[in-house]
Amino acid sequence: MTARIGVVVFPGTNCELDVEYAIQQLGGHTERLWHGDDTTKGVDAVVVPGGFAHGDYLRTGAIARFSPVMHAVGEHAAAGGPVVGICNGFQVLCEADLLPGALQKNAGLKFLCEPAALRVETTSTALTNLAEVGAVLNVPINHFEGNYVCDERTLAELQADERIVVRYVDNPNGSLDDIAGICNAQGNVVGLMPHPERASDPLLGSSDGIVLLKSLIAAATARSTLLV
Amino acid sequence: MPVFNAHVEVTHLPGIADPAGATVERALPALGYTNVAQVHIGKTIKLVVDAPDADTARAQVNEMCERLLANPVIEAYEVVIS
Amino acid sequence: MAEASNAQPLHRQLGMTDAELAAVVDELGREPTHLELAMYSVMWSEHCSYKSSRAFLSRFPTQAPWVLVGPGEGAGVVDIGDGMAIAVRIESHNHPSAVEPYQGAATGVGGIIRDIFSMGARPIALMDPLRFGTLDDARTRYLFEGVVSGISGYGNSVGVPTVGGEAVFDDTYRGNPLVNVFCLGILPTERLVLARADGPGNLAVLLGSATGRDGIGGASVLASQSFEAGDEAKRPSVQVGDPFEEKRLIEACLELLDAKLAVGVQDLGAAGLSCAASETAAKAGAGMDVDVARVSKREPGMNAVEALTSESQERMLAIIEPANLDAVLELAKRWEIRATVVGRVTDTARFRIYDGLFDAIGVPGENPRPPIGDEPTPLNSDALPIADVPVESLGDGPLYHRPVARPATQDALQAADPGPQLRDKFPAGADLSAELLALLATPTIADKTWVSRQYDHQLFLNTVAGPGADAAVLRVKGTKKALALSTDGKARFCRLEPRTGGRLVVLEAARNVACSGARPIALVNCLNFGNPEHPEVMWQFSEVVEGMSEACEALGIPVIGGNVSFYNASGDDDIHPTPVAGVLGLIDELNERPPAAAVRARDDIVVLGAIRPELGGSEWAAVVHGLDGGMPPVADLERARAVHDLVATFVREGAVTGVHDVSDGGLGVALAEMAIAGEVGMKVELNFDGCTPAEACFAEPASVVVLSVDPQETAAVCGQAAAAGVPARVIGVAGGDRLIAKGAFDVSVADATHAWRDALPALMNRPH
Repeated sequence: MTARIGVVVFPGTNCELDVEYAIQQLGGHTERLWHGDDTTKGVDAVVVPGGFAHGDYLRTGAIARFSPVMHAVGEHAAAGGPVVGICNGFQVLCEADLLPGALQKNAGLKFLCEPAALRVETTSTALTNLAEVGAVLNVPINHFEGNYVCDERTLAELQADERIVVRYVDNPNGSLDDIAGICNAQGNVVGLMPHPERASDPLLGSSDGIVLLKSLIAAATARSTLLV
Repeated sequence: MPVFNAHVEVTHLPGIADPAGATVERALPALGYTNVAQVHIGKTIKLVVDAPDADTARAQVNEMCERLLANPVIEAYEVVIS
Repeated sequence: MAEASNAQPLHRQLGMTDAELAAVVDELGREPTHLELAMYSVMWSEHCSYKSSRAFLSRFPTQAPWVLVGPGEGAGVVDIGDGMAIAVRIESHNHPSAVEPYQGAATGVGGIIRDIFSMGARPIALMDPLRFGTLDDARTRYLFEGVVSGISGYGNSVGVPTVGGEAVFDDTYRGNPLVNVFCLGILPTERLVLARADGPGNLAVLLGSATGRDGIGGASVLASQSFEAGDEAKRPSVQVGDPFEEKRLIEACLELLDAKLAVGVQDLGAAGLSCAASETAAKAGAGMDVDVARVSKREPGMNAVEALTSESQERMLAIIEPANLDAVLELAKRWEIRATVVGRVTDTARFRIYDGLFDAIGVPGENPRPPIGDEPTPLNSDALPIADVPVESLGDGPLYHRPVARPATQDALQAADPGPQLRDKFPAGADLSAELLALLATPTIADKTWVSRQYDHQLFLNTVAGPGADAAVLRVKGTKKALALSTDGKARFCRLEPRTGGRLVVLEAARNVACSGARPIALVNCLNFGNPEHPEVMWQFSEVVEGMSEACEALGIPVIGGNVSFYNASGDDDIHPTPVAGVLGLIDELNERPPAAAVRARDDIVVLGAIRPELGGSEWAAVVHGLDGGMPPVADLERARAVHDLVATFVREGAVTGVHDVSDGGLGVALAEMAIAGEVGMKVELNFDGCTPAEACFAEPASVVVLSVDPQETAAVCGQAAAAGVPARVIGVAGGDRLIAKGAFDVSVADATHAWRDALPALMNRPH
């Protein structure tokens, strides 16, 4: 029985097609979750993809977090369901308080679209369960506001609980403690700035993102069998 | 030399489109606020300036606005000195 | 009725000549109303009507069996098989970018994207050929930074990746930057629509942003006259882009077309609603009635002229059957797009404007809520039109045959061959190492990563080769095919000898496309020139068009669209003639990434084509040594065709590990770039008949390509070249960490890399 992965679309989201394509190429099954509907349609995992929800106006993710779908996503997360926020999706999850901290403007004050080397720090998450700790993955970044910040107490918590999921090998944007992605206490909600779907084919330059997407599919599959 | 606080507000010139304001204007009703007729979004810049007097401080901050803080082609600015 | 004010009659204030006014009076059989005059002034401006260029543009070859839509529509469209088609277009937004670089560039991107999806295509790639003055000037750095930010801000946010482009720096553009934007879209062939207001009774629905005072008279005022000092009066015309609105508009329009709810879609660009509405009607041979009261206004107190000629961004006009109106409004609501019925198609062949009629007589739809500060428009079922003109007359602008004259200075310019001086200064045996490093650091040649990392170049997972490659390569998902794209232009060649320069521009773009293994299938051009009222400029224009046409004919490439931008000058100084060619190529089967523009250790380095001592117009002569005269390189069209076919074949067959064409900076720079990319040096000999080593290094002959070849393949590669009649010479081998040309230069790959990579960041990161 194939797990169902919901992909949230806000007005201004633009990476949904890529996420869907990449997951489908790996044998996964995706469904669209429209921002205006307060439901996740019972999917086994949710992806909040990249893009520019509401144009990134006011603050990135600030308006999207109030969309009806985010209520359902919150419930799904609270019930232990896997949720992955990529780039803009990570920003939305932070605004929605599903993850701590915030994403600020890059230190160089310029948009960055370039390859990034990421080190996997923990495999106890919905996004890294098939990876290896210490593995270095080549996964591109594409953002203006990717500079992760949080207060000292939160940082201490993240470090102590091993909730920093991936770190930049060569920090491109000034992120605190080189943080590229984090998770919640349970490990089922993960947010990261780099785009695994953009590293899913040798033709495009890197397929290092595949292990992350496969991990997500595995987490979704585990959930689907759990709930049967 | 006395110290002055300058409070600068930069907004779009009237007649220039404000996509950010329009987007927030559209988003508020969904949160239950249907009585908001218009939203404009700008920036606030606060500076602390050493100057012999308030007039000099104001003149200098105006110059800063013209040259850097605002883009006179599409933005208007308002300076308050205290 | 033309009112005198201060100095000039109204028509002159609006930028029309007396003769043009007389033509309007003749057309109407009476004096025009104020609104009619305003519409004619915008629609008959240079920017909208192409009155100075149309006579020459018909020279371009436009036919080929795979062309579905040629010049004259929103975009050119070609069939690529597998039920798919590709739409391409290129446009300029030069003058607005000089006034407000971020928004000028941003709205340029928005405008061309709309042209693409107006054909039913999803926009999937952008390229930005940009030209600025020299970077020692603070204002130039400001413009450059602003333009790149604007393209980044808009393109990334609207969700179309920027996969390539150019940045060229030359003093000729100091007062007048050139911001050209190219867009490509993909569509299933059956979704192709042409903007035709077919069917009397059909409705015209205005979709998108509210209409403000943006760009009022922008087309006629900004694009049809060159800049003078003290242009503050032009400032209120600046348009601000909203990529978020545009993204929703793209999705809404494509959904409309997929659901077959629209008969046609037209974007609103120059001249706003008056152009979009009259054009769609004229193309269908129909008429249209428009009610200004139906237009959603952003500002209070707007009059009919403003509402109709406003160039507010992010608006489209959809022609629909009345039965579909409810479905269309519902779709628009879901995408949070404004939608109002502003017009109805008639069989009168007249274009008539009303104010307050439609609601009174029950035309489907209703007047939108007026902006704060305005009263609702009074309704009047007997309202007379405030404008009533023959529908074709607006689009049927004057056709000028402007005087053409070869400049008196041209002979002297061509005679100023830089060769002799440079031969004296750099005879055989001279050390060219410093020259090579200096050339690598010139901004036009230097690494452009500072620019391209600001652009999302990966969205849609199609980008196999992106910014920095000779040609961008995009896979076509669902097929084995791929597309190759390149935009190129070399104004210096066109200034020296415009007909040859025109040929060379086409050759360069086609050569880049060949280097990725593609065959060229279409060309679009952006022709940036000076003041057309100067006979010398018209001479340059006509010669360039002739040269480009000759090259397109020889290479079998149809011209499927183009854009002309005149009046690029600062005061009286016309810019150098700057045609930019965008060539689209097709790769029938792409199984792996094409070979990079790099050498691989232990490979043989092979030069295809003939190296000649052609320094006229070269970067080395003009930029490093200030010698910008002479003749441009020879443009041998037969040789070009042979070289392109050969290179594309080598790439397709996997016969080479690296390939790079020779262009700016000549062979020396091409070799250095390949070493930098491959992170490995080389040892070569540059003995070419008739050339000093300096000439062999820095001349820029056309149709020369460098290959990195596995030693086991070299004999076969050279044999195939010989069979094709193309000179091929093994000049050396890759290896080590130094870039060595015997008797010419000897530099470390590290030094070359630093010179090339650090130049632009060093220039742009200085304090303002």
